[in-house]
Amino acid sequence: MTLPPVAGRRPADLQAALIELAREHSGRVLALLARQFNDLDLADESVQDGLLEAARSWPRQGIPENPAGWLMTVARNKAVDRLRRAASARRRTLAAAPDLVAGSAVLDGSDSAGGTVDERIAGGEQMQVGGRDGDEDQLRLMLLCCHPALDRDSQVALTLRLVGGLTTPEIASAFLIPAATLAQRIVRAKRKIRDARIPLRIPDRLTERVDAILGVLYLIFNEGYLSRTDNAQIIRLDLADQAIRLTQLLYRLLPENSETGGLLALQVFHRARLGGRVDSAGELVLLADQDRSLWDVRMIEQANVILAGAVQRMQPGPYQLQAIIAAQHANAPSQESTDWPAIAVLYQQLSAMTESPVVALNRAVAVAMADGPLAGRALLDQLTGLERYHLFHAARGELQLQAGNPGAARDCFTTARALTENPAERQHLDRRVAVCDRFR
Amino acid sequence: MEYMILLHSDETYPTPAPGAPGFDEMMAGWLAYNQQLIDGGHWIAAANLQPTLTATTIRRTPGAAPSVTDGPYVETKEQLGGFYLIKATDLDEALALAEAIPLPVGSIEVRPVSFRPDAS
Repeated sequence: MTLPPVAGRRPADLQAALIELAREHSGRVLALLARQFNDLDLADESVQDGLLEAARSWPRQGIPENPAGWLMTVARNKAVDRLRRAASARRRTLAAAPDLVAGSAVLDGSDSAGGTVDERIAGGEQMQVGGRDGDEDQLRLMLLCCHPALDRDSQVALTLRLVGGLTTPEIASAFLIPAATLAQRIVRAKRKIRDARIPLRIPDRLTERVDAILGVLYLIFNEGYLSRTDNAQIIRLDLADQAIRLTQLLYRLLPENSETGGLLALQVFHRARLGGRVDSAGELVLLADQDRSLWDVRMIEQANVILAGAVQRMQPGPYQLQAIIAAQHANAPSQESTDWPAIAVLYQQLSAMTESPVVALNRAVAVAMADGPLAGRALLDQLTGLERYHLFHAARGELQLQAGNPGAARDCFTTARALTENPAERQHLDRRVAVCDRFR
Repeated sequence: MEYMILLHSDETYPTPAPGAPGFDEMMAGWLAYNQQLIDGGHWIAAANLQPTLTATTIRRTPGAAPSVTDGPYVETKEQLGGFYLIKATDLDEALALAEAIPLPVGSIEVRPVSFRPDAS
């Protein structure tokens, strides 16, 4: 195997370089190989081989000048090795038991992915990591990972693993599930992709399919942003950042899709405010009480620019609306100077678009801020389907407290506390119960 | 690649009988769909089944004699009512073809065929 030229870097960068190789480049290489060999599994295995090879050889040989190109070459060679090995195994079977093999689609020279081994290897020769083709390949891979024929959990796992370059244990620990469960989920999804032949293709109805990708990215971000896991864990932030990174990728691949810009802006607004969201004791800080000087002004400015670009296209959608709401908060100097009537109207529009009871809940809270607790409560009382949602009870508690009913408020906070597992939220609700007790 | 498309629907859903108003329109929809499959080179086979009222199930249990019972293998609101066996390049094409089936109500399951002895 011939490797591209190598240039030394400081060994301290090695770990960072290996992570960067996985996160920034492996998805692109995998997407290219998957198309060229028309075989997702082969591409995935070969990229994994390549990443292992980097971990083995970089400490001795140094970090290559062009890590992406290095990975491309190594992974492609690994793929060719695998194909040749499989082909010779087939030839041996054929020679040993021709009657058994004849007519079997599984074992003849052209396997399920189509084309002979030599054709497929030749197809892999003229590949480059950069360029417009590489972008399209990555989009195809994202569409495949979020294909509607796969369930949502598999979509999330595949997207993080194949596009995002996270390892199976990293994803499993971020979602608090055993690594074996996640590994099995990925294997099952890959088997369905292969056996049902889910294609790597840009579909005719692209917008619909991009919506599925946005849904997956939104879910990953929320998992990071409002994690069920311990706040002290860095992985939480990491997951939010992975979601932003993947949304940025989609934004670059499909700049004309307004909702992608909307989702990216939304995530960046939330990310910018994360610094003020949890205090030094690990407790959740309500928006009203957050120290806004801890918000990342530069990030808010970036989000403003992205949002302005998206809204300009005049193709409204739920992510843009949520981003506009987030922008109202992020750009307001204080809770008091926030334009609550505008936010209430935005939530009303969003509510009409999504028919989500959670959105209706947020609208009620905004109306309470704009027109007083009684107006908010009137809306809350009409909501159904949120009996198991802790924030519904927390919101009712706040409005009861504002209306001067600490006893009723205490019951609401207690109910809310029983319904959440997030430690920061639990601590926050404990404090609210204590506040109610002081009033009584 | 071959896919089996299984049509499950509620048998009690009202459908026009032959000669009744709406029957010809309904049949025209199905015939047009069949023609679309044939013209596109997707057609292998298809069938519409009689209602589950006519079904008989043989159940085998290891160590016991097979039992023959009246009715489908499981009583559910939606029952298998027919199928298409088609050729398609990939699942996206198969799903697009399945979506065009003029079934008014029910579920359309698309399954890749792993092996068919009489396939050419």
